[in-house]
Amino acid sequence: MSIRPKMPQQAPEGRITNFDEVALGYTEEQAILEAERCLECKNPKCVEGCPVNIDIPGFISKIKEGDFQEAITIIKATNTLPAVCGRVCPQEEQCEKLCILGNKSEPIAIGRLERICADREREVGVKDPVVAPSTGKTVAIVGSGPAGLTAASDLAKVGHSVTIFEALHEAGGVLIYGIPEFRLPKAIVKEEVDYIRKLGADIKMDYVIGRILTLDQLTDRFDAVFLGTGAGLPKFMGIEGENLNGVYSANEFLTRVNLMKAYNNSFDTPIKRASNVIVVGGGNVAMDAARSALRLGADEVSIVYRRSDEELPARREEIEHAKEEGIVFRLLTNPVRIIEGENMSVNGVECVRMELGEPDESGRRRPEVVEGSEHIVDADIVIMAIGTSPNPIIFDGSKGLEVTPWGTIVVDEAGMSSIEGVCAGGDAVTGAATVISAMGAGKLAADTINKYLSK
Amino acid sequence: MAYKIIEKRQLVPDVHLMNIQAPDVAAAAKAGQFIILRIDEAGERIPLTIADYNADEGSVTIIFQEMGKTTKQLAKMSAGEELLDFVGPLGKESEIEKLGTVVLVGGGVGIAPIYPQAKEYRAAGNKVISIIGARNKDMLILEAEMIAASDEVLVATDDGSKGHHGFVTDLVKQLLDGEEHIDRIVAIGPPIMMRAVADVTGPYDVETLVSLNPIMVDGTGMCGGCRVNVGGEVKFACVDGPEFNAKDVDFNLLMSRLSFYRKEEADAITKSQKGCGDDCKCQ
Ligand SMILES: Cc1cc2nc3c(=O)[nH]c(=O)nc-3n(C[C@H](O)[C@H](O)[C@H](O)COP(=O)(O)OP(=O)(O)OC[C@H]3O[C@@H](n4cnc5c(N)ncnc54)[C@H](O)[C@@H]3O)c2cc1C
Ligand SMILES: Cc1cc2nc3c(=O)[nH]c(=O)nc-3n(C[C@H](O)[C@H](O)[C@H](O)COP(=O)(O)OP(=O)(O)OC[C@H]3O[C@@H](n4cnc5c(N)ncnc54)[C@H](O)[C@@H]3O)c2cc1C
Ligand code: SF4
Ligand code: SF4
Ligand code: FES
Repeated sequence: MSIRPKMPQQAPEGRITNFDEVALGYTEEQAILEAERCLECKNPKCVEGCPVNIDIPGFISKIKEGDFQEAITIIKATNTLPAVCGRVCPQEEQCEKLCILGNKSEPIAIGRLERICADREREVGVKDPVVAPSTGKTVAIVGSGPAGLTAASDLAKVGHSVTIFEALHEAGGVLIYGIPEFRLPKAIVKEEVDYIRKLGADIKMDYVIGRILTLDQLTDRFDAVFLGTGAGLPKFMGIEGENLNGVYSANEFLTRVNLMKAYNNSFDTPIKRASNVIVVGGGNVAMDAARSALRLGADEVSIVYRRSDEELPARREEIEHAKEEGIVFRLLTNPVRIIEGENMSVNGVECVRMELGEPDESGRRRPEVVEGSEHIVDADIVIMAIGTSPNPIIFDGSKGLEVTPWGTIVVDEAGMSSIEGVCAGGDAVTGAATVISAMGAGKLAADTINKYLSK
Repeated sequence: MAYKIIEKRQLVPDVHLMNIQAPDVAAAAKAGQFIILRIDEAGERIPLTIADYNADEGSVTIIFQEMGKTTKQLAKMSAGEELLDFVGPLGKESEIEKLGTVVLVGGGVGIAPIYPQAKEYRAAGNKVISIIGARNKDMLILEAEMIAASDEVLVATDDGSKGHHGFVTDLVKQLLDGEEHIDRIVAIGPPIMMRAVADVTGPYDVETLVSLNPIMVDGTGMCGGCRVNVGGEVKFACVDGPEFNAKDVDFNLLMSRLSFYRKEEADAITKSQKGCGDDCKCQ
């Protein structure tokens, strides 16, 4: 049975000393070889698994012919950020999960094929976009993450005048401040943002909606609004010692490293370089924080996660990469207290062992504490990666925007919020999710806004 | 977008005033709020209080003390040059209402954030008594402005070179023990001063507010780096504050968190003084 070619990557010993990309991407030969395996199903299951329904057999058939240019055109008809999705989509849960070949052998490496098409296009130079004549309508987009960028791009293409407002000093949302360089080079995000500028969108950085202008002022000044404000408010556990020096939220740690380039000596951003780092959590965010800490020079970095390996929510590829790099996995373990050392700083973490009991409402087996299993793990830095909730600042000075008790924005099936003409989507609506689902929501909202504006 | 420095002057040694062209920020600014600036691509994001703003001219005034790498670099810039980023207004505005008599206490560069509050408290119909302090008379900033903005100004210097010889807290205590009923005290300055004011007003039944200055990154509630303990609860100073009820604040935690990067900050200074290049590994 045929299997997919192995992805060329930086060897673990070398890569833990730099922030360069780990997965290097297929060569053209490998891509064509892999494309050859695709059956080009008449009723392709893979497409159903992709939240933006890319014509997967369509673009793969172009790769078989070696026509990467045509392949990317097909992809871009539905996905504006293929270089990003090809790298960070949880493919094994989406398109690749449903690929028919997965039943007997390995599914087609759809993400990797998507990636090479986007990378080839960047190498030859992206064609300038064709923009429809101006409609005279104005749309404000709040937040420049994948949801906002996708909505902006779809709305600008049809001729609306689009202004993006972004609180940080760079556009891209989590793609810029959260996901590290070694997984998603920032140059790629910058190019995607430049492309959206070429479509005519104006991006205002350093612009916090809820402070400099309120949502109510935006609705007065623009014909329609899209809220793609994400879920960036970090959660803490509420355990003893959590405010000690050396306890970071993953957001702070990753923002210092990625957005503020603390790993680069020529930047001013301070970050603590520690010997023992503990990262609490088991998702992509935890893997990214752990692998970043390792690259900053820590002697030992461990992931502390209360369930077992099987339940780790991160992408499999990232878990494998983390293990290859020597990240220690302390599974079925939970912190109960952070121990204070000198000058109110972290000196260790008291943990308990857990065992999995009966399944809970989510269907996952509930972790329960093993009596008497308290033990202390050395640490001088603790990073909390246990989740985030929606950014709340947008709600300051907005009347009538309905939100759930969890702070997520309520929208109807078309993405419209309780305020007419204001759509929302992405993590701000769903809570922390994925890049591609945020993009799907941005697309849907753009469509809804477009219909609303042509009424 | 770049933000032009319209005016720059030194107020006293190591303390500078800058007027920055930032029309949208100026239009939205309120007393008690702050901005975060970044000088250039490699720069840190540092928070500074809005010391004044002029919506008509589109300008925002900041007053800063040279502390480390970024503020020293800022001090070297002059009118006509531009800052790369200037985000604001951030934080909650002060809740300024008519209360009666309000005492405003400013220590050192903390007089700068007290100044717009003095103007607004008075505009709201309060009697404003300001207590301003510095190490010595040559380090005292905004005295004339504070006199213009207050009903009464009391000065304290550590060395007695002007006004009361001693700390601002001595004057606060005198007022509290005096005849006049005081409805609110707002104290802004170094954490150690704010803690001292909280200690003095603690036994009295008078509302005391302080403006906290923990280390910040984004200023929008996204990193949690600015968390402070107020009344046993964790608050993010950038969105829940920066003003809090002094009696509930855990000042020890605030001070210890402020010193977290002391070594990294010292290294940054040495490195910039030595003029090491980008790839320097001398640390
Ligand atoms: C470390 C990390 C790793 C991840 N890894 C993956 C992965 O491998 N695969 C995957 O699919 N997903 C991953 N995710 C999740 C994914 O990044 C998010 O689901 C996605 O970015 C959500 O997009 P969004 O556009 O809704 O919001 P965001 O990307 O969060 O963007 C929101 C933007 O809005 C801005 N904003 C917020 N409030 C305001 C305001 N009031 N005014 C102006 N601007 C505002 C914010 O500054 C931000 O830039 C990861 C997330 C993190 C944190
Ligand atoms: C809401 C707020 C308002 C402030 N207003 C003023 C003001 O009006 N005038 C003024 O002179 N100063 C003000 N500060 C303090 C000012 O931000 C710091 O002095 C400045 O960041 C020091 O940077 P540096 O690189 O020059 O010094 P560094 O060498 O980096 O640090 C010197 C000291 O400044 C503090 N500091 C460092 N980085 C930060 C940061 N990112 N955020 C907060 N504190 C930091 C730490 O205590 C540190 O030990 C304010 C701080 C806050 C949080
Ligand atoms: S966008 Fe994501 S889910 Fe869709 S085909 Fe590409 S990798 Fe698969
Ligand atoms: S399901 Fe698999 S084999 Fe079939 S078209 Fe999709 S990728 Fe190709
Ligand atoms: S500065 Fe990041 S949450 Fe306050």
